[in-house]
Amino acid sequence: MIGSVGAVAARDLKLAMRRQADLVSVLFFFIIVASLFPLGVGPEPQLLKKLAPGVLWVGALLATMLSLPRLFADDYRDGTLEQLVLAPQPLGLTVIGKVVAHWLVSGLPLALLAPVLGLQFDLETDALLILTVSLLIGTPALSGIGAVGAALTLGLRGGGVLVSLLVLPLYIPVLIFGAGAVDATVTGMGAEAHLSILGALAIGGVFFAPWATAAALRISLE
Amino acid sequence: MNNRLINWFKYASPQSFYPLAGKMIPWFAAAGAVFGIAGLWIGMAVAPTDFQQGEGYRIIFIHVPASWMSMFIYLVMAFWAALGLAYNTRLSGMMAQALAPTGALMAFLSLWTGALWGKPMWGTWWVWDARLTSELILLFLYIGFIALQAAIDDPRRADKAGAVLALVGVVNIPIIYFSVKWWNTLHQGASVSLNRAPAMASLMLWGMLLMALAFWMYSIAIALYRARTIMLERERGTEWVKETLAAEGAK
Repeated sequence: MIGSVGAVAARDLKLAMRRQADLVSVLFFFIIVASLFPLGVGPEPQLLKKLAPGVLWVGALLATMLSLPRLFADDYRDGTLEQLVLAPQPLGLTVIGKVVAHWLVSGLPLALLAPVLGLQFDLETDALLILTVSLLIGTPALSGIGAVGAALTLGLRGGGVLVSLLVLPLYIPVLIFGAGAVDATVTGMGAEAHLSILGALAIGGVFFAPWATAAALRISLE
Repeated sequence: MNNRLINWFKYASPQSFYPLAGKMIPWFAAAGAVFGIAGLWIGMAVAPTDFQQGEGYRIIFIHVPASWMSMFIYLVMAFWAALGLAYNTRLSGMMAQALAPTGALMAFLSLWTGALWGKPMWGTWWVWDARLTSELILLFLYIGFIALQAAIDDPRRADKAGAVLALVGVVNIPIIYFSVKWWNTLHQGASVSLNRAPAMASLMLWGMLLMALAFWMYSIAIALYRARTIMLERERGTEWVKETLAAEGAK
């Protein structure tokens, strides 16, 4: 069981590594969005410090969302996805493997990049740490929930815009508690409660979303 | 028992549901009109002016029923969606599709009337209150559902994909509601609280209940009407649609 998850994840990782430009462009999207905000709202350090948790989290959210179509679109186009659906392994497990790979190439780099951007916003060290931790915990939930949207919009026209309509409302709880954790650290309240709930959301998302994704994939491939 | 089952599934086919829906629509529409007139009469003419809010409070006779219906319709939609996925019935998807625009309309009405009420009472069109925010997100969920169905050409796939989305949404609604609520209390943005006990005159309550019934009947009537149109459109190649249309044209 673990083997099939690992095999799918390893395959997706290998494919992603062959096309590193795709990964880097998502990261640069994140950097550019985060840099646009100071240009938009002005350079006052106090204001930027206040905005930082929300801005960085929304940026990470949008970057994850932009990378969602990669999850299934290529496999759908060349027919691999059909073979994966036909395979004897439960489709949900295959999806978990793909979600893990997606997180490793989008969520993880975003989380590691975020503290660097946080420096631009004048965040303290402990806030930077919590920002990274909250993104590490929260982005798996984003990949999991996003997989449902990606599967539902497979092969549709205007899939990219559509996926944002479907997925962004469902991302709201993750955003609230992710940005809330950093905010709570900045204001000195402690982030444990937020991080715990974020962890619960991530576990729930990664556990349940693959089954909904599997159902959606079967519908898309009918 | 066996007999009843057959009866239920008889109306699961568009062919036999179409005339039944046609017969039901006038009744629900009439009931909606009667309840609506009675509710508006009580709400606008009979109910006393509010001590604190003056005449402006009367917008709740639209606002509260619309909010209730917007939430209730999502549940009904998810129910039809689940039924459609479980039993693979064509009609369930059509019902879910027919309900979605009405639900979105109700959510929009609720936000709109809320803004109109908020301006004189709170002095602002919009506050990031937990209820307002979650109602807004509910509207987003409706829009997502409608957009997904509109993007898929094959109606069967549209039904099923929409059903999965509606079910995912319905699981998420409590999570979204509580996270928004907690977010709101943490930020303490809005100093206004909607959570006071509903200490209202019984006449006001009656007006509101009547209006809620009116909205309910309207929603059923319009959803059935829309479902009938969807049935005709989707089954346009079949004999029964040709016969029905011919019969209706002859009238």
